Amino acid sequence: MSWQWFHRLGSPRWFYQKTSAWLPWLGAASVLLLSVGIVWGLGFAPQDAKQGNSYRIIYIHVPAAFLALAGYYIMAFCGAIGLIWKMKLSFVVMRAAAPIGAALTFISLFTGAIWGKPTWGTYWVWDARITSMLILFFLYLGVMALSGAFSREQSGDKASALLALVGTVNIPIIYKSVDWWFTLHQPATLKLTEASTIDPSMFYPLITMIAGFYLFYAWVLTLHTRSLILQREWRTQWVRELFAPAARA
Amino acid sequence: MQFQFDSFASFIAMNGHGPYVWVSYVVALLVLVALVVQPLLRQRQLRRDFGRQMRQEEARRRTAEERQPQPEPTTAS
Repeated sequence: MSWQWFHRLGSPRWFYQKTSAWLPWLGAASVLLLSVGIVWGLGFAPQDAKQGNSYRIIYIHVPAAFLALAGYYIMAFCGAIGLIWKMKLSFVVMRAAAPIGAALTFISLFTGAIWGKPTWGTYWVWDARITSMLILFFLYLGVMALSGAFSREQSGDKASALLALVGTVNIPIIYKSVDWWFTLHQPATLKLTEASTIDPSMFYPLITMIAGFYLFYAWVLTLHTRSLILQREWRTQWVRELFAPAARA
Repeated sequence: MQFQFDSFASFIAMNGHGPYVWVSYVVALLVLVALVVQPLLRQRQLRRDFGRQMRQEEARRRTAEERQPQPEPTTAS
């Protein structure tokens, strides 16, 4: 079996050229799904019997939290691949995933705090779920800071990959926090193994938003990876050729 | 499936929960838009920097060809 595809996969140039064609589709699909989900969730999904209209924040809060967690796995996984196979592209994706994950974690913390006011009567409480999400936010910031703290790029790659890997300990804690320390945050409404405790009329817009956020994540991760690739490969022949029109202008 | 509110005003008000809901959505959307715009601006900036550097190198090469030996200026990258 040929391993050529594996080596190609690690080539920033191959990635940059391949993804050019995907970007418009990813962008259009995610904007479409998010628009449909937002209109559905804000205007057409029924009110919640207990929480009234404030529950509509769920259509932003839960998808953002989903991707904040999934994004951490992606970041740590890329860090591991980079450490094991010394794959350049893998480290670039890891670096690109850090600010995106931080932004999504921020959205889920912020909307959660706003949602907490009418529902729990407080913006913030040191509940296990919320605290572990805050730690996730700091882990993302830590990976960003550490990756930029070295003058040698490879040292930054390795150090931040290690931090990302160590930080994965936090992820199962976040998942389980609502069951282990049941305080204020409600337990998961969406379950893989049993029926979800949410009515279909609220579930469909939610799943639309989650799908939209996944596509959006793929789109934005590709965009950030591409701009980091150009920044890193600045001196190579293919980037020079790519930028040649700008040089003549 | 039908629109859940009688009027546009009640849609905005959301039975008193309007400010919470709208602030959440607006802030979240702003962050999402920033995530898209940031790498695009960065790419444009890289392209511009590259163009400037290429022109500088070109100009330097030309002066060298005119055989006027000058002390090489330190390249700022």
